[in-house]
Amino acid sequence: MKRSLATAVAGGWLAAGWVAFALLPWYWLDLSRGLQDFVDFPLGVGGSALALGVAGDRPWLLLLAFPLLLATLALVLPLARGPGGALLTLGGVLGGLYLLAQGFAIGLKGWDWGWLGAAFGGTPRQEGLGPGGTLLLLAFLLLTCQGLARRGWCRGDAFVVSAIGTVVALIALFVFFPVARVLAHAVIDPSGAFALAGFVARISDHSIWGLDCLAGPLRCGVAWNTLLLASLVGVGSTLLGLAFALVATRSNSRFKGVLRILSVLPIITPPFVIGLALILIFGRSGIASTLLAEWLDVPRSRWIYGLPGILLAQLLAFTPIAFMILIGVVQGISPALEEAATTLRAGRWTTFRTITFPLLRPGLANAFLVGFVESMADFGNPLVLGGNYDVLSTKIFFAVVGAAVDESRAAVLAIVLLSFTLLAFFVQQAWLGKKVYTTVAGKGDGGLPAPLPRRVALLAAAVVAPWSVFMISVYGIIMVGGFVKSLGRDYTPTLVHLSTAFRIDWGNHGLRFAGSAWDSFFATIQVAAVAAPLTAALGLLTGYLLTRQSFAGKRAFEFGTLLSFAIPGTVIGVSYIVAFNVPPFELTGTGLILVLCFVFRNMPVGVRAGVATLSQIDRSLDEASLTLGASSATTVRRVVMPLLRPALIAALVYSFVRAMTSVSAVIFLVSAKYNMATTYIVGRVEAGEFGLAIAYSATLIVVMLLAIVGIQLAVGERKLGRRAAPQPTGRTL
Amino acid sequence: MKTPHSGTRRSPAAAARASVEFRAVTKRYGSVMAVDAVSFTIEPGTLVTLLGPSGCGKTTTLRLIAGLEMATAGRILIGGEDVTARSATDRDVSMVFQSYALFPHMSVIENVAYGPSVQGVRKADAEAMAAETLALVGLRGLEQRSTSELSGGQQQRVAVARALVLEPQVLLFDEPLSNLDAKLRRRVREDIRDLQQRLNLTVAYVTHDQEEALAVSDRIIVMAHAQVAQEGSPRELYEAPASLFVAEFIGDANIVAAEVGAIVGAEATVRLADLELRLPHRGARPGAVRLAIRPDAISLAETGGLAGTILKASYLGKVREYTVRTAIGDLFVTVPGRAEALVPGRAVGVGFTADGIVVLPE
Repeated sequence: MKRSLATAVAGGWLAAGWVAFALLPWYWLDLSRGLQDFVDFPLGVGGSALALGVAGDRPWLLLLAFPLLLATLALVLPLARGPGGALLTLGGVLGGLYLLAQGFAIGLKGWDWGWLGAAFGGTPRQEGLGPGGTLLLLAFLLLTCQGLARRGWCRGDAFVVSAIGTVVALIALFVFFPVARVLAHAVIDPSGAFALAGFVARISDHSIWGLDCLAGPLRCGVAWNTLLLASLVGVGSTLLGLAFALVATRSNSRFKGVLRILSVLPIITPPFVIGLALILIFGRSGIASTLLAEWLDVPRSRWIYGLPGILLAQLLAFTPIAFMILIGVVQGISPALEEAATTLRAGRWTTFRTITFPLLRPGLANAFLVGFVESMADFGNPLVLGGNYDVLSTKIFFAVVGAAVDESRAAVLAIVLLSFTLLAFFVQQAWLGKKVYTTVAGKGDGGLPAPLPRRVALLAAAVVAPWSVFMISVYGIIMVGGFVKSLGRDYTPTLVHLSTAFRIDWGNHGLRFAGSAWDSFFATIQVAAVAAPLTAALGLLTGYLLTRQSFAGKRAFEFGTLLSFAIPGTVIGVSYIVAFNVPPFELTGTGLILVLCFVFRNMPVGVRAGVATLSQIDRSLDEASLTLGASSATTVRRVVMPLLRPALIAALVYSFVRAMTSVSAVIFLVSAKYNMATTYIVGRVEAGEFGLAIAYSATLIVVMLLAIVGIQLAVGERKLGRRAAPQPTGRTL
Repeated sequence: MKTPHSGTRRSPAAAARASVEFRAVTKRYGSVMAVDAVSFTIEPGTLVTLLGPSGCGKTTTLRLIAGLEMATAGRILIGGEDVTARSATDRDVSMVFQSYALFPHMSVIENVAYGPSVQGVRKADAEAMAAETLALVGLRGLEQRSTSELSGGQQQRVAVARALVLEPQVLLFDEPLSNLDAKLRRRVREDIRDLQQRLNLTVAYVTHDQEEALAVSDRIIVMAHAQVAQEGSPRELYEAPASLFVAEFIGDANIVAAEVGAIVGAEATVRLADLELRLPHRGARPGAVRLAIRPDAISLAETGGLAGTILKASYLGKVREYTVRTAIGDLFVTVPGRAEALVPGRAVGVGFTADGIVVLPE
């Protein structure tokens, strides 16, 4: 029964492959031109591979029929499972490789690989893969997986092999391939030749590594700037986060609720909005500067533009993340350990110094590294507040879109940034692997956490109170700033900014969204709404594979999924335009590239949600289902998915929100048709239209707050609950 | 492969039960040997216990039968058919998990009907089969409850019903009593044994509790260090342990040094301190041996036998337990609870009954 099902699935993919080859339009189509591409069907722009190969000028496409035939033989011939699987795998692998090879070898302007041109001559051309090409590639991939399953991979479970194959292929295509392209760009000069000397010269450039600032008034290299900023932010946000975590967990403070809300805010705040608010407070005509100038005659200055401003903005943005990491660690310390110390006659301060703090150290290291990586990846705040203080992320941006476009310089800077973040990421992984979870025992812990020693409590309160006031006033500015004429100058309340952005007219043609922000607003919602379910599905599937299946190369697989988390958005943005601007995967300028970018940027969130939830669900539930004769696919559908629903909702909304607030990667990828809200706002800031920018930002924050409240309600309503502990007082026994 | 069920069922007792056979099965995790070249056979319609301390490989063995772990080497046969390469889905084996593993998002009846329904049985038929099986385990009337509303014993019965509903060739239990309190354990284990005999099921049962194993099993396989230490009926294991490990693990035993003298037929003269006993020699040669003495094979009297002193005493109602210091070491002794109390420090005479003493093969 099961075997015939597997044959049916393989047969389905084979049929899809033949349809993709013989009937579907092979190349990328611009459907906005209507059906004119299909006038000459099956030839012409919308023609199929078979037709173009036989009668058109693309004879190389015909070779694709050969691996398809191999796969067909594997399914039709009465072969045993093993040899049949081998033949199927062979067909799938050959087909996939040849499809990719011809795609990369022959581009828009002829041979992309010179030696092939020398061998075959002529100048064949082709465009990027379209529906037919993509479907056939997918069919080859899944036929390979079916073949491998027949050869006994993953206990012969075709569903698991296919899931692993699909996730690996997608990560390879949309994470590793673009990053590899960027790296290749760095060592290739504009003419396309390999130039290692040029690369060495560029990467050791004085503007990157110069140390002039130590000796005199000159500026240091951009790498040092970035490292300095990241280290300061890492230390600062960790200390602030620790103070917040201690106050939240170990004092009788009534502000715990406020702290919780403050920890949610950065998730729904577009990253540069805090920088914007700081300008409105401390800029030359900001509120604080004006007050100081008028009351105390302090001259207005531009001190906020540069290191102080970026540091302040990033501390505001990333302290809540450090707080969230540390509160978990603080809560994870078993009270029994502290109680044990107390019963051994240690005082509060001794207990804190000798027990609590040492147990916190792994958490502190982790929080530091996260702050460090986030600071280096941040793009919005340096863009808004940077002034003359250059960091890598903005330098990369200006190397791509600035006056002097220099892609290989951008690639070199991206490599420097990537190596810094990867280094930090490796250190963090090494820490995490060994330390963090050791304080959480599987057994229930009774007891009360020790109260903080007085001096620590006072210090923490002294840090937390003013910082909270500061943070609240920054968000107050964001909420209020869009509704006065001009902050710092004219406080007349007005709705003019909001109406410029979001005016709705009743015209002759009915409802008309006349506001300037509507286009980007709708595009953002649309892209985020498409990306969120894909992100959640891919992330949770990956989480399932990581927690519930064992297969060769699982460690590498896990590392690959985590890696896309460690790559800064600017690097992803640059790599996507470098990789997806040319065939065979020609995606720039489409909404699809934005969706893909969000899916693979935010997928680790889904993975983590899935892994966290699944590791709380007893594994024997899956095993019970398997021993009852359910296949892996059925088990996922009927047992795992219903139990994962909370994680699903969380992943959905989180990826939706992240897609709406992201700026660093998408700023490279937006087009006239698909402008995103964040890039639109950045444009308004650069044009000096602060009121409009802040009104738009406030609107976005409110929209996302509604989304968050939405999940809280949805998650709160789940009826699953945990299985109650077995109660031995049964009636019927 | 599991056969799809129709609406009409075979009588459970008439269903064909299969044997389970391990032929030199090995399971390795990296460099760790979990099961080391283990061979045994479980006859159809018998209940066989895999008994051993934690980490001995008994649960891995059970999971190998289920197909939840794949053997590194060796062959596994169920009903004479080689299933070594088959996944859990494709083996006709059901399992009752230690944690019960009831699906928390399904009601009692949905849990039990899950097996038939994933086999393609129509919902109404699947639920009819489930209701019938629930009645069999005495849970009629609780079909619509949520699993979290049941007591531990009831949850356990749901887990058994869910495993039974497909009429598997082999039913597996992984420490099924460990989440129940002491009183309930005895009744549930009697229920399991009763069900197994009534339906003539082939059952493999994992436990670390030797008393539980003695009570329910047709045969017991004692495992230690990833290997089979001894296999036999409960009585064989208790009365003729093949090794020091088995003697200590099954029932309590005092291990003492002794001297084998003359061998006559199946019996030998064994010298224990200044006493002389006649015991089956079990292959021992004249010279130093070790004896396993059951605590109830030792009697305490005012005088006579081996001289000893009471070291510790505890009263457990049904029995009294003593630790007695003697020339051959400290002995653990149980006597009926109604016997007169002996206080620590008192001198006693220690006697032995031969049928509670075995010579341990070296």
